[in-house]
Amino acid sequence: MQVGKIFSRGDNVPTITLIAHTGEIHTLDVEEGTTVMEAAINNAVDGIIGECGGCCSCATCHCYIDSRWLDKLPVRGDLESEMLEFASSQAGPNSRLACQVEVTDALDGLVVTLPETQL
Amino acid sequence: MQKILVIGAGHGAGQLLDSLRRAGCEDSLTLVGEESWLPYQRPPLSKKFLSGEMSQERLAFRPEDFYTRHQIDTRLSCRAVALDRDAARVELCTGELLPYDRLAIATGARVRKLAVPGATLDGVHYLRGIDDARRLREDWIDKQEVCVIGGGFIGLEVAASARALGKNVTVVEAMDRLMARAVSPDLSEFFLATHTARGVRVLLNAGVEELLGTEQRVDAVRLTDGREIAAEVVLVGIGVLPNQELAARAGLACDNGILVNEFTQTSDDRIVALGDCTNHPNALLGRRLRLESVHNAVEQARTAAANLMGQKLAYNQPPWFWSDQFEYKLQMVGLSEGFDQVVMRGEPETGKFSLFCFHGDQLLAVESVNSPGDHMVGRKLLAACRYPTHQQAADRDFVLKNLL
Repeated sequence: MQVGKIFSRGDNVPTITLIAHTGEIHTLDVEEGTTVMEAAINNAVDGIIGECGGCCSCATCHCYIDSRWLDKLPVRGDLESEMLEFASSQAGPNSRLACQVEVTDALDGLVVTLPETQL
Repeated sequence: MQKILVIGAGHGAGQLLDSLRRAGCEDSLTLVGEESWLPYQRPPLSKKFLSGEMSQERLAFRPEDFYTRHQIDTRLSCRAVALDRDAARVELCTGELLPYDRLAIATGARVRKLAVPGATLDGVHYLRGIDDARRLREDWIDKQEVCVIGGGFIGLEVAASARALGKNVTVVEAMDRLMARAVSPDLSEFFLATHTARGVRVLLNAGVEELLGTEQRVDAVRLTDGREIAAEVVLVGIGVLPNQELAARAGLACDNGILVNEFTQTSDDRIVALGDCTNHPNALLGRRLRLESVHNAVEQARTAAANLMGQKLAYNQPPWFWSDQFEYKLQMVGLSEGFDQVVMRGEPETGKFSLFCFHGDQLLAVESVNSPGDHMVGRKLLAACRYPTHQQAADRDFVLKNLL
């Protein structure tokens, strides 16, 4: 298990958990306003690429949101849904592009699973 | 353990270092960059960074600790001035000599300068790096009249950002349509209408004669037809030139970029080159080309990393690009140059459509506005050389994915 390096525990920032396709678990402390994609890249989590830098243009930060959190997220945009249809791994109703999911206090504890491939 | 030296610290260099370490490379890695910043993402510079929506910290390609954690030696604010291939070393502006076993040249491109009287007045800006964007952002805070010279991607993105900040914007374009070098005429037309509707004044077929100023500060742009455009701030976006001089002076083959093969190998087998500075072959397109894009930099970096690790991975993909202007996401795949027919899918009036550019039956490019599904399927179709008929491309009820 790898702990986020940017903030240490106790800084009172939201914590999110990313589960890689291999089963590896990353628990990260994430500053509010950071996207799940940025959190993954900043903490060297394999399985998120984010080639376009987070502007919803490349579909390489596909992730699956744990169903308990789905209704706490802002609704998926039309463009995002269209991109997801062509993601490398099959998208489902709980699929999101991680660059479009901003971490807030309300998402403290968020659990996200990463797909097998992004390319 | 061998020494790998990377010259240039742009997006491609960042990706190369990341790919090397991810692949288990244990060689010594040194990064030399002319700017004072670690590798960062340039695309937001003309968009969200310029409009102030995105902080500089969020531009970073990787956080600072990535470089320490992976034992990457970084030399920033440091220009490589000479390459000595016989001695296998690079001389820095400080006089320091860095030896290498393998060298990666990722020197990128630099802006083409405007060559008219008055071009060096204060208030005349270019946009390539963070420092340029910060200067422009600070300079135009208290200015209202912005003149953009060049109606390409950079110019139009800056125009959109300036309008979002409520400035008066005039775009001066020498050609008869916007983004003429990169997109088909119908798309130029759509973005002309879009910018005009959002209050941007666009002047086509307009040559710049001179920049006029008072006390060393620009205040107007005079066109070749005599018209004068009020301009407290001028942004010049008229293209870039590949930074190939370091390589060329060392005798590496160059021709509109450093010549590399599909494995990013230069004419010296110890040296790879990647990104905007390269002229590379693309078998899908059947020719050599130089590209200025994130996708090209990232993919050539992955290819170069594989090459440096002793594997052969050929770079052979349809090029893709994006641009965000106002509420429109423009995504392009392939190159439309040489098309003889353009098929419209969807309706421009809805702000959501794609243009399929064909040469005969062969699909050359797909240009999509707020239609990422078309863009994504376009990438797959072009990569697989599977082309829809003109009729299928035009028919929105035809599921293009089924061709794959």
